[in-house]
Amino acid sequence: MSWTYIQGILMLAGINMIAVLGLSLLTGFTGLFSFGHAGFMAIGAYVGAWISASPASTPAGLGLPFILAIVGGGAAAGIVSYFIGRISLNLKGDYFCIATLGFGEAIRLIFNNVNRFGGARGWPGVPGRSTFLVILIADVIAILFLANLVKSRHGRNMIAVREEELAAQIAGINVFRYKMISLIISAVYAGVAGVFFAHYMTFIQPKMFSLTKSTELTIIVIFGGLGSISGSVLGALVLTALPELLRAFEIWRLVFYGAAVILIMVSRPKGLMGGMELTPSGIRKALAERNALREAKTKLLADAQSGEED
Amino acid sequence: MAPILSIRNLTKKFGGLTAVGDVSFDVPEGSIVGLIGPNGAGKTTIFNLITGVYKPTSGAIEFRGKSVLGFEPYRIADMGITRTFQNIRLFKNLTVFENVLTACHMNASYSFAEAILRLPRFRTQEKALVAKAENLLEIMGLMGYRDLVANNLPYGLQRRLEIVRALALNPVLLLLDEPAAGMNPDETEQLMRLIGRIRNDFSLSVLVIEHHMDLIMGVCEHIVVLNFGEKIAEGIADEISRSPQVIEAYLGTSLEAADA
Repeated sequence: MSWTYIQGILMLAGINMIAVLGLSLLTGFTGLFSFGHAGFMAIGAYVGAWISASPASTPAGLGLPFILAIVGGGAAAGIVSYFIGRISLNLKGDYFCIATLGFGEAIRLIFNNVNRFGGARGWPGVPGRSTFLVILIADVIAILFLANLVKSRHGRNMIAVREEELAAQIAGINVFRYKMISLIISAVYAGVAGVFFAHYMTFIQPKMFSLTKSTELTIIVIFGGLGSISGSVLGALVLTALPELLRAFEIWRLVFYGAAVILIMVSRPKGLMGGMELTPSGIRKALAERNALREAKTKLLADAQSGEED
Repeated sequence: MAPILSIRNLTKKFGGLTAVGDVSFDVPEGSIVGLIGPNGAGKTTIFNLITGVYKPTSGAIEFRGKSVLGFEPYRIADMGITRTFQNIRLFKNLTVFENVLTACHMNASYSFAEAILRLPRFRTQEKALVAKAENLLEIMGLMGYRDLVANNLPYGLQRRLEIVRALALNPVLLLLDEPAAGMNPDETEQLMRLIGRIRNDFSLSVLVIEHHMDLIMGVCEHIVVLNFGEKIAEGIADEISRSPQVIEAYLGTSLEAADA
């Protein structure tokens, strides 16, 4: 395998990772499932392509710098998510999930039918600006941003919403607001991932952002472990590389992919990381929890025995 | 003493069912008031009305002289009313410490940007939150279980943790929904002393729903009795335990009385 080939897979994994990290905040930390995040990726990809593509190409773009495409694509996805959230975040549990599914498909069909953006034939003239280094930097920023957010009162409030919505309300947490913020951040992440994706492929087409893509993102988050940033990072790396490594199996490739996912979910129902973080403080915390459980068990056992002796 | 909470002609109907009908009572500041009544009498519905989970059909609820009607539950928590639940609602997968730390959030004011950039205000406030949470656990005797995942706590301590989490919000009025449910007499006795102690230490007023009569009689200065959504009696423990209506609600009418 050549380095260019490996680099290509890593870049794709890095792009997926950005979208997965965003979805991890929404699903893993706030407890809201979405099957429409490919829609936000599509918005980011198309808006980003429009900003940076040359005015001479068809469809014509604005020919602005890549950084503006990243900002614009992320912002566009964020703004759309705000309106989606206003309508759908009051829905309970599974109903929100179904609403996102409808949204994702609607976005894809809109791009399919708008000829200004190339319609179903796609947009061929996107400049190839996504380099290995830029994606790496974006991933590092995305991880740090998320890690710092999660380990603050705002992140804890989101986790409280995931754990027990009514108790969170009673504890003075504005549940709707935190769901909204979580949705917007996750949409911005997906939008930015879309911009990188468009500038990596140099060609985008609505069918790249189908329900299958949304499902893939959600599978990665669950596979990595809900509520674990390191799980999302590992999940994105493993599950983007796996189909490539399985190329030897040719047409059986996706069957093996499915079998591998099932195998891991059966042996580790809480995902690869099971909510744990692969950082020094994360490992310390997991050990402390295990110790506390052992101590509590011995304490209760001792209490029960002394009770019998009385 | 001025009432901290005053409920006037409170009514809640679910379709044709009147869950709470024209109930009025006060919680004087600094007191412990008991709310009792048979199952289905509307006690928990009153808690849900006070905390904004349900909207009343009619009537008024005033907290420190101001109406709380129409506010979202989180705003009512902001004002200083907090509660525990009959069927415990902890953040089950978080540790004991994290449960309390999360609830301490109202003591901090740093923004998203300050958290993400780890600015000084984030650091100092976060340190204060950790200190407050640990202090509460220490006072309430849960420090030994600090890192235990809440779901693994023994039942009685889960109820206690719910009270600690409520205290982390600096409440003025604490609503306890059957805090002794499922506890043995020993634990109930302990809980009774605990309720009295936190009222004094945290200078709160307490409204407590309970079925354990020894707990209610032992700790409450004032008791309100409900039956089928209506208030049937109100007074101090002695009066209540001798009231014929209360005895009737709990034990039914005796044959002799029915004949007479």
